[in-house]
Amino acid sequence: MAETQSAYNYKVVRQFTVMAVIWGIVGMLVGVIIAAQLVWPDLNIGFLHFGRLRPLHTNAVIFAFGGCALMGTSYYVVQRTCHARLFCDKLAAFTFWGWQLVIVLAAITLPLGMTQGKEYAELEWPIDILIAAVWVAYAVVFFGTIFKRKVSHIYVANWFYGGFILAVALLHIVNSAAIPVSLTKSYSAYAGVQDAMIQWWYGHNAVGFFLTAGFLGMMYYFVPKQAERPVYSYRLSVVHFWALIFTYMWAGPHHLHYTALPDWTQSLGMIFSLILLAPSWGGMINGIMTLSGAWHKLRDDPILKFLITSLSFYGMSTFEGPMMSIKTVNALSHYTDWTIGHVHSGALGWVAMISIGSIYYLLPRLFGKPEMFSVKLITVHFWVSTIGIVLYIASMWISGVMQGLMWRTVNADGTLAYSFVESVKVSYPFWGIRLMGGVLFLSGMLIMAYNMVKTMAGGKIEDAPVLLPAGHHA
Amino acid sequence: MEILYLLIPLSVVLVFVIGAAFWWSLKSGQYDDLEGPGHRVLMDDDKPERGKADE
Repeated sequence: MAETQSAYNYKVVRQFTVMAVIWGIVGMLVGVIIAAQLVWPDLNIGFLHFGRLRPLHTNAVIFAFGGCALMGTSYYVVQRTCHARLFCDKLAAFTFWGWQLVIVLAAITLPLGMTQGKEYAELEWPIDILIAAVWVAYAVVFFGTIFKRKVSHIYVANWFYGGFILAVALLHIVNSAAIPVSLTKSYSAYAGVQDAMIQWWYGHNAVGFFLTAGFLGMMYYFVPKQAERPVYSYRLSVVHFWALIFTYMWAGPHHLHYTALPDWTQSLGMIFSLILLAPSWGGMINGIMTLSGAWHKLRDDPILKFLITSLSFYGMSTFEGPMMSIKTVNALSHYTDWTIGHVHSGALGWVAMISIGSIYYLLPRLFGKPEMFSVKLITVHFWVSTIGIVLYIASMWISGVMQGLMWRTVNADGTLAYSFVESVKVSYPFWGIRLMGGVLFLSGMLIMAYNMVKTMAGGKIEDAPVLLPAGHHA
Repeated sequence: MEILYLLIPLSVVLVFVIGAAFWWSLKSGQYDDLEGPGHRVLMDDDKPERGKADE
């Protein structure tokens, strides 16, 4: 085991990468279960009902799958682009084991009903403290590595990862402030609409920094590497970064349209959400145009297919998002399945696909293989998951718009034209289609796991030597 | 909306922190070359040894 400064720390990257695939399967399986529970309510057995499992699904896919993918890839990217071994191996190992402990604790406490009741921040206060400790360690390892870099320039991907790490630390600490009454129960430090505002300041920035900035870091490294072409415009990538982080923070109030939140705050949230379209599309175009002049690579490279399709979904959902934040559109879309569809076009289309592509890039390199065990299976995975996403999003669009229209229809005398259960009845077939989409996406992940195990078998587990930076002038 | 007394100062502080980071990045010459870094990332050969031998 090469523990010297002349080799990269691949061990922790390997651990996070493999666990990303495993947690991806677990989280998506829970997603499929709760989708099935909506179709067949009899599946809500005991305490394993939709209300308990739904936060488990969101936590597992965002923080377990997404988190492991982000931490693994960021450790790889920061080492390779800084030409330096990861700062402090022990602390890096702590981030891995600490994060796994957080995930296991989440999987135990959420089904038992221990929750703070804040969306995407459900975990109770002892786990919140553990998360904060792991996150600070993660920041120390990441920025410590940046600090000991052998090149003066910090590659743009590291800026995105760095922004994501700092913002998530701030968001988590502010939103999780709570007063404990026992080991398993606490009350938010904020009350009423104040609490709602903090929650969605956190909630939307979690989307912005965890699910966007972090994965953009991934995109700016793995898309150029897999395409073997420099990013379309490096200049634009720098503008993209600064524009995104300067404007993101105030989009949150769009989650609270037509609530007790003051009108002007809602409008402010809407305006910032609309502004976000510009940096988002700048980044999307920059990523996709990296292939300009080499589009043929897309034909036979399934990893690139994943990466570029993820950017298309990124573009689509960052267009849809600002549109849905417009108050008049939100009046129709809010509380309907449309929101669920929007989230999944971002989560499956963008987050999962960019992660899957990056993991396929990483696995052979981490296990000393020339390429994945089967490239054909990557292609199969790509098509299965793409069809799955399309079924998912399209069904949610249809049922969402239908629900929104039915709920707002009034008779001449001002009474509601439809009862709630009538909207449930018309949505029913689409929930079946959504379940099919989810099953397809999950099957894709199982194909990936098989491919991963086969690639790992007989692999050489060794840290790669630190390379001297090519032609740099420090 | 007393919460804004926390959120707005927090955002203002944050903007100054981001501004400081931006100022540092400009002054320290991070953006003196906006072509090279894109290419340099490709000059880092991360294919495993065994993989190269097979080619």
